[in-house]
Amino acid sequence: MSKPAIQVENLSKAYQIGQIGTGTISHDLERFFVTKVLGKEDPFLKIGETNDRSTKGSSNIVWSLKDINFEINQGDAVGIIGKNGAGKSTLLKLLSRVTSPTTGEIKVKGRIASLLEVGTGFHPELSGRENIYLNGAILGMRKKEITRKIDEIIDFSGVERYIDTPVKRYSSGMYVRLAFAVAAHLESEILIVDEVLAVGDAEFQKKCLGKMGDISKGEGRTVLFVSHNMAAVKSLCDKGIILENGLLTFIGNIDTVIDDYLKKGNNHASKQFNNKNAPQTNSFRLLEVHVLNSKGEITLNHFITNDIIIEFKYEVLQDDQLYTHGFNLFNDHNIHILSSHDKETESLIFPVKKGIYLKRVLIPGNFLAEGGYNCSFAIMRYNPFFVEFHEMEVVGFNIIEAIGETTVRGNYTGKFPGVVRPLLNWN
Amino acid sequence: MKSTPEASDWDLVIKGHNSLFDIKFKDLWAYRDLLLMFVKRDFVSFYKQTILGPLWFFIQPIFTTLVFTFIFGNLAGISTDGLPKPLFYLAGITSWNYFSDCLTKTSTVFKDNASIFGKVYFPRLIMPLSIVVSNLVRFSVQMLLFLLMMLYFYFIPKENTSFHITYAILSLPFLVVLMALLGLGIGLIITAMTTKYKDLTFLITFGVQLLMYGTTVIYPLSEAKEKFGGMSKIIEYNPMTGIIEAFRYSFLGKGEFSLWSLGYSSMITLLILFFGILLFNKTEKNFVDTI
Repeated sequence: MSKPAIQVENLSKAYQIGQIGTGTISHDLERFFVTKVLGKEDPFLKIGETNDRSTKGSSNIVWSLKDINFEINQGDAVGIIGKNGAGKSTLLKLLSRVTSPTTGEIKVKGRIASLLEVGTGFHPELSGRENIYLNGAILGMRKKEITRKIDEIIDFSGVERYIDTPVKRYSSGMYVRLAFAVAAHLESEILIVDEVLAVGDAEFQKKCLGKMGDISKGEGRTVLFVSHNMAAVKSLCDKGIILENGLLTFIGNIDTVIDDYLKKGNNHASKQFNNKNAPQTNSFRLLEVHVLNSKGEITLNHFITNDIIIEFKYEVLQDDQLYTHGFNLFNDHNIHILSSHDKETESLIFPVKKGIYLKRVLIPGNFLAEGGYNCSFAIMRYNPFFVEFHEMEVVGFNIIEAIGETTVRGNYTGKFPGVVRPLLNWN
Repeated sequence: MKSTPEASDWDLVIKGHNSLFDIKFKDLWAYRDLLLMFVKRDFVSFYKQTILGPLWFFIQPIFTTLVFTFIFGNLAGISTDGLPKPLFYLAGITSWNYFSDCLTKTSTVFKDNASIFGKVYFPRLIMPLSIVVSNLVRFSVQMLLFLLMMLYFYFIPKENTSFHITYAILSLPFLVVLMALLGLGIGLIITAMTTKYKDLTFLITFGVQLLMYGTTVIYPLSEAKEKFGGMSKIIEYNPMTGIIEAFRYSFLGKGEFSLWSLGYSSMITLLILFFGILLFNKTEKNFVDTI
């Protein structure tokens, strides 16, 4: 039975937004009077206002985290997911004791080391070796502990040749390598990491990810990891937490958490039309559209390596129609990725009778890049070319990143540009 | 599967409101290596990429002494109690510098280290303590200069001047600790108060300079008593006065070494230090949100 390493109870953190300046001293005095002298609640902390960036609140106190409860067991690797401003960094700051909670408490078993930034406290004038000692000590290592590990650290960083050069002469990549190397050799029971993997080159990122995997899986230490990179989160973590506007909305197995997080988008994998809202003309009516996985199940989230099937069901309302069907695909940024229609369908040559028809199209795996997509559907005629109807955004789906041999990405975990990601042959 | 351990099983409980007196001395001890690391960093980075290197530690007191000798000693003709003028001023400057460096550097500790404090936890008190210790290194180097100058005036005495070392020199460690703690205490109070309202930072830059004139750095206490009469009480109430007077008496044999005034300085120092640590400890938990 695993034991809890971190237990968070009713954790909240309020921030004052806007200018802190004139007026604060009178507020401070009032707050002091009300809370300390009268023993009442702080009048400036409004209850129940959540932290939503996009709407204007009535108070200039905002809850960056509100009533968070969770428990993490020893040896868990937990990914913390959420949009910008959801409270991820605040949670990490509270856990790493950089700032303290407004209410609630965190109980911790074991030593915490947090990496909210790599290379904290590096001094540009000092040599790499001196900075290893300094940074290690800042992160909570004893001097003899560092001395014991210094060769390992230097070796891991791969900057051995420059180790006695002041770090101000380092390239930014070397700097980060050295900094991560120190952090990776911390001997704490709990490691808190904030998106530090987004730096360094591919080889080093792989090394970092591998090292973090070793830490959580191999050494059985507890890891908390915040990242926007679903691929990294997925490969590293076994549990996940979703934060939304300062509230904890989901906790569980990492796959379901990522699924749930991506579902928060507007995409829906299946749509059935009724007589009223169906896109239609005198001759055609769209009935149903589904996004399926290779087993034929309706699926919203597809791994990048998997094939996706889109199924269209429409009705031909009049006899003797000559036509074809097609669709357009757009990504999250509304970029038109592709257009495709069925140029070999019999309906272009032989007139079609009334009835319901089912058409499927397959989008191969390892073709689209990760992200959200939406799909339109159209029925059109040749000679002369004429579009019967073109319905935008009928269904959508998400492509989820994966790492490994079968992907285009391989083991690289950093930013991967491009709107498509086909698997090409290299010779 | 949920096993809830007893409260004592947790190594650390992070809460919003801790007791005012919850100062983590154990943590401080655990991070002692970091303190030395900071001291080393300050010392090494001070003279890296300079030609004169550690010699810079000497240059500031030498020039200040020269200027003081000309302006206050020769031009204004302020008495130096029959001591060689450079020796008189250097004694004052060396000890005053230690106090004022401790004060000014600790008074901006939150502001200067906001980026590092905002990213990683270590007992915040390590930082001001490391400042006090690095300044101690500097002070020791400057003491060397002072001793060299004493040797010079011993072998080549100037007319109408004399000095002698007294047994009070044994109190030197105590005096140094007093200066350090007094500077530290005031600095802690100021840095804690300036995280939200920055007004005090402006005060401190010229305040310390003015305070020097309220301390017996450029004149002996005996002279002040003679010229100001009752007003000299103000100078005596300044806790640094007793310390500098005792320092001068120890090395040069002139000045007032009074147990009463040293006791008074110690009391004030402890009081200020106590409040400084409390205030600092209370501020450190949340200052990243307001700075």
